[in-house]
Amino acid sequence: MNDIFEPTVVAFVCNWCTYAGADLTGTSRIKYAPNVRIVRFPCTGRIDYNLVLKAFEQGADGVIVSGCHPNDCHYTSGNFHARRRWIVFKQLMEYMGIDMRRVKFSWVSAAEGAKWADVVNTTVQEIRSLGPSAEFSEMKGEGIA
Amino acid sequence: MNDQSKIITHDNLLKFLDALRTSGKDLYAPQRKAQKTFFLPVDNVQSIVFDYVQTTESPKALLFPKVERLISYEYVDGQVQVMDHAESRKVNECILFGSRPCDAVALKTLADFFSRDVPDVFMQQRHDALTIISISCTKKDENCFCTSVGTSPGDTTGSDILLTPVEESRYYAEVLTEKGRALVDALPEYFEISGPVEKEKYVAKLENVFSSEEITRRLSKAFDDPMWNDASLRCLGCGTCAYVCPVCSCFDIQDEGNNKRGDRLRCWDSCGFALFTLHTSGHNPRPTQSERWRQRLMHKFSYMPEKYDLLGCVGCGRCSRACPVDMNMKEQLEEIVAEIKAI
Amino acid sequence: MQALHIKAKELLESGRVRVIIGYGEGSSGRVRPVFIRNVSEAEKLVWDNRCKQNLAVYLLKPEIKKIGMPAIVATPAAVMSIVQLISENQLKNGDLVALAIEDDSVTEISDDVSLETYVQSHPVIFPPSVKEEIRTIAEKSLQDRLKYWQDELSRCIKCYACRVACPLCYCERCITDVNQPQWVCVASHLQGNFEWHMNRAMHLAGRCIECGSCTLACPVGIPIGLITIEASRVVEKEFGQKPGLRCNAPSAMSTFKVEDVETFIK
Repeated sequence: MNDIFEPTVVAFVCNWCTYAGADLTGTSRIKYAPNVRIVRFPCTGRIDYNLVLKAFEQGADGVIVSGCHPNDCHYTSGNFHARRRWIVFKQLMEYMGIDMRRVKFSWVSAAEGAKWADVVNTTVQEIRSLGPSAEFSEMKGEGIA
Repeated sequence: MNDQSKIITHDNLLKFLDALRTSGKDLYAPQRKAQKTFFLPVDNVQSIVFDYVQTTESPKALLFPKVERLISYEYVDGQVQVMDHAESRKVNECILFGSRPCDAVALKTLADFFSRDVPDVFMQQRHDALTIISISCTKKDENCFCTSVGTSPGDTTGSDILLTPVEESRYYAEVLTEKGRALVDALPEYFEISGPVEKEKYVAKLENVFSSEEITRRLSKAFDDPMWNDASLRCLGCGTCAYVCPVCSCFDIQDEGNNKRGDRLRCWDSCGFALFTLHTSGHNPRPTQSERWRQRLMHKFSYMPEKYDLLGCVGCGRCSRACPVDMNMKEQLEEIVAEIKAI
Repeated sequence: MQALHIKAKELLESGRVRVIIGYGEGSSGRVRPVFIRNVSEAEKLVWDNRCKQNLAVYLLKPEIKKIGMPAIVATPAAVMSIVQLISENQLKNGDLVALAIEDDSVTEISDDVSLETYVQSHPVIFPPSVKEEIRTIAEKSLQDRLKYWQDELSRCIKCYACRVACPLCYCERCITDVNQPQWVCVASHLQGNFEWHMNRAMHLAGRCIECGSCTLACPVGIPIGLITIEASRVVEKEFGQKPGLRCNAPSAMSTFKVEDVETFIK
């Protein structure tokens, strides 16, 4: 029987909302796909787009970026800055030919444990159907003698 | 009659190159891309171009790649395995076609420079595997100054075979080294024996614009001259001149990896960059473009001749053609000799 | 051109400026940046349709700043760069005299208001080919777009001519020169080239005024401006902000509006 491809998904999440929400998912005993590796940031405003690029370069098949809902940011406006950044980054990457379906953005609050599980499960399912990430792995080694 | 002098027609030349290409060797030759001419791997000999004065980038990447793997490590079954690429790699036989005599001199200078003290194994391997088939220049442009730096449009130095275009789409072929002979002897059907050919009739004529000995002499006294400031005002400090130059050899060592695998890479660097000489302490001995421009000229025309008896320039003119702000090294050298201050 | 020479002499003689940044005859029929400091050299200045390079980049070069008050022969794109640099606090009102040339008459523009007025009445006409080129790329499939950029960027040698030619790339320590952490690979392999150009485009989003100097500077013929121009056009489309028009415009990427709209954050 063929092996089902298990994607590696990295999640960059903010401490105050999504990370707390993910805690709630756990304490509520809601099961969700184990493919995700969660990295905690103080705020989505801190998440540099280079981290998304690095995640793919290091072998991630998908990336989740998640934080507080607009107007709920613990630092008032970090997520607004992030939102602007992602709007530009997403379109620029698509223009360069990078498949941005592999990057999922969400607002998950500290109370939304069920939503977090849903975000992860949906993402893993979609990445599984997209297959292993190819753009960056194919580029690796190109141009090195 | 020199039995190493031959004639080859243009059509046979293309067939000869195709035969080399299909024999498993890597063939690099000038081809057009983005309205410029580059040395690129050849898939189809029909795409090789012949009507350029000089290519945009030099062929030095065949000896000194822009990124080269030196060492790699990988974690396998809990153990770190280290691979020294000089030991483990096999450099494929490579033919460089279409370099100019100045390029061949430059590649020889580069190989010489990297074989001093501790010989650079990486370059040596590539040099050993490389056969250079150059074409003499029948044309020149205002940026060329090879005759001022000790070479010429028909110079055989550094080439394994030198072709000079003569009448009727034919080339006079001088087979100069064992490597050149090996290629010709393997495919003799494309070559005819030649009588004596007066090469000087066919190659471009280039007047000397300065004497490089004079430059070296004047530069040895010029370190503190205020002219460098004005001369470098428009220089923006990119790496273009160093990267297109066939002799420039500065490099950076970069380690890229994670806790599973990684590489140590050698990549090109340029003394023109502002942070090239930045020390960890924060001190930068070449803090303005003036010192960096001075370094460029003095390294090529003063330090290298004095220390190594090698001139760091072959007059190919690529730096002047590619420079985004027209620094024009040839013009500046002429001014140094004429002792005119640059604007 | 004569009006330019007269103006140049007058500015230098009166001591109002110490250096005129302009174009002069270069080699092989090109023009090159020149820095006129003496009245006797003023006639070296040229002005014709070869003068395309954005000279505003020299306004922030320390060796030029040291000379003193500059005048600059400014194409409309250079004036836009100056306005953008003022809005980013890199230049201030009265730091320079811009010389705008039209039909052999020279207009001096030195204060914020006149710079803004000039920019708004002299919109830069970018070659229609740029819009066409971007559209052609955008219409390709995702995979073809990736192939296109891989093909172009594989030639990149990381000379940074694009960076040094751009008046808005003025960081004293570029992200590529930071090695703790090493965000952008130094090496010019394909991955490193992608990283560099993606970063440059993100840093120029909403700031690139489309002067095309980066494309002119690239020694290996990559249409590199097509990436930064696209980033700025996204900013204009999404947030309605265009660079180089107002001296106190908010910086598009370091501000936000609560009403910013997107559909992809769920």
